[in-house]
Amino acid sequence: MTTDTNLSAGDARLETNGRSPHQIKPEGFKPPKATHRTQHVLPGFHASLGITLTYLSLIVLLPLVALVLRPWEAGLDGFIRTVTDVRVVKALQLSFTTAFWAAAVNLIAGLVVAWVLTRYEFPGKKIIDAIVDLPFALPTAVAGVSLSSLYAPNGWVGSLFDPFGIKIAYTPIGIFIALVFIGLPFVVRSVQPVLAEFDAEVEEAALTLGATPMQTAIKVILPSLAPALITGFSLAFARAVGEYGSVIFIAGNMPYISEISPLLIVIKLEEFDYAGAASVAIAMLALSFTILLVTNFVQVLLSRRGRA
Amino acid sequence: MKVKAPEAPKSPAALGLMAFALFWIALIIVLPLINVLFEAFRTGVAPYLSAILEPDAVSAIKLTLLVAAIAVPLNAIFGIAAAWCITRFEFKGKGLLLSILDLPFTLSPVISGLVWILLFGAHGWFGSWLDANNIRIVFALPGLVIATVLVTLPFVARELIPLMLDQGTDEEIAAVTLGARGWDVFFRITLPNIKWALTYGVLLCTARAMGEFGAVSIVSGHIRGLTNTLPLHIEVLYNEYNTVAAFATASILAGLAVVTLILKTLLEWRFADELSAHRRH
Repeated sequence: MTTDTNLSAGDARLETNGRSPHQIKPEGFKPPKATHRTQHVLPGFHASLGITLTYLSLIVLLPLVALVLRPWEAGLDGFIRTVTDVRVVKALQLSFTTAFWAAAVNLIAGLVVAWVLTRYEFPGKKIIDAIVDLPFALPTAVAGVSLSSLYAPNGWVGSLFDPFGIKIAYTPIGIFIALVFIGLPFVVRSVQPVLAEFDAEVEEAALTLGATPMQTAIKVILPSLAPALITGFSLAFARAVGEYGSVIFIAGNMPYISEISPLLIVIKLEEFDYAGAASVAIAMLALSFTILLVTNFVQVLLSRRGRA
Repeated sequence: MKVKAPEAPKSPAALGLMAFALFWIALIIVLPLINVLFEAFRTGVAPYLSAILEPDAVSAIKLTLLVAAIAVPLNAIFGIAAAWCITRFEFKGKGLLLSILDLPFTLSPVISGLVWILLFGAHGWFGSWLDANNIRIVFALPGLVIATVLVTLPFVARELIPLMLDQGTDEEIAAVTLGARGWDVFFRITLPNIKWALTYGVLLCTARAMGEFGAVSIVSGHIRGLTNTLPLHIEVLYNEYNTVAAFATASILAGLAVVTLILKTLLEWRFADELSAHRRH
């Protein structure tokens, strides 16, 4: 943090030494590094590193090498033919757009839930706070069958929409619902700690200077939440793109319409088309990583602007 | 720094936000959970009991427990070893190691299953060799275990690393200086310090191991009574339109999820200081 950024932060941020409040939290804290001396003092370096490297190589790296090498069996042409096949393109489009919209809805709903859980006191709050993690704990297959029966035309929720000709289960809307379910805790848990530690004096300063509560929320609090919101969004998005269990039951799985990319991998495997399955997987991973890189970049830009 | 204390909502806007949040949690999270129980007991208790006591269901329960009983200890031991070398020593490539450690969380479960078929499936790298030597990995227990191990690999390590960084090495170095030997240091100093975080990590790891669907469904081959874990058993029943049995099986896993959630919350309330920094609410 240079001096000029402190000076330009002539407003409320001066209170926190020019750093936005989200940076003042345990994650930002780097403990003192172990000195060279501790390497000799504490035992077990070679054994623990050996176990770690062997385990990671066997369980993570070797399988990933097998994945990365597989698509090229039929040459680059084979790979390109697979990933430009209309059915594959449609599936990738579906996975990525539904994941995007679900993460976007979670961004807003998650922000409201996090806000309510940190700002207000009400009976049963601790229990509701705990319940938010249910999508992490509930096995995806259980979520899948339950959502599918709820949103089917004769289900509790589906029957409310059926008279209007709106089908939810067995359409892309159903996929979206399942992804909203699994993504919600990611946004809530990313935003909550930042919101809980937001400096009350900054907020009071804004209010004292004549800002309405709404203005304070939008102009003072929201910008400092932006990095945490983006983190929550990208976690929910990344999880949604690869999600399988909660989706396949409600999706209907119609080729070109409601068939997600992970399902296409399964179908190709059942046809013993290993190279094709690996190609779809590689395409998914490449797209995901590109999108995560972009969001990371946006995050860096935003936090720079937040500091200046 | 002053932190704003929560207060009862007063303004209409605050009440509106609260109403929306509660409605959303009820609709998106609570309703699917209640629906599982409702569907499971729709036709009464007798069909429920017969569905979960049926031989295929019992063997699915046993297999699920067996897979978790192998996969979780492996990942716990790995997690301790990884946390020890990462937090107690300086070495080159630590950042890369941490990224690799996190990779399983970013993989689609389907991809985490696919990779094992590419290695050990009939047309996989080692497929013909395994076949010639009559060793079965995919469509058998070893496949279920390694797929589960891959999916749940980071859970324990991810809980231990931030905590052990926080705690530092002072106590351990003091013990070594006073003449304690390697395992003494670990069992008398480190383990008591990390026991609740370890419990927390093991809990999350177990819950995921028992509930994993995507990765396991790819390596299982869905052989009823042999390689079907509980989540896969749900799928089989559901696809056969045996809704009551599917939801009865699902209710076991839902119960497990609720128990996990309760234990996890109790750990967070009771031992907040002994869990890693980001778990302190």
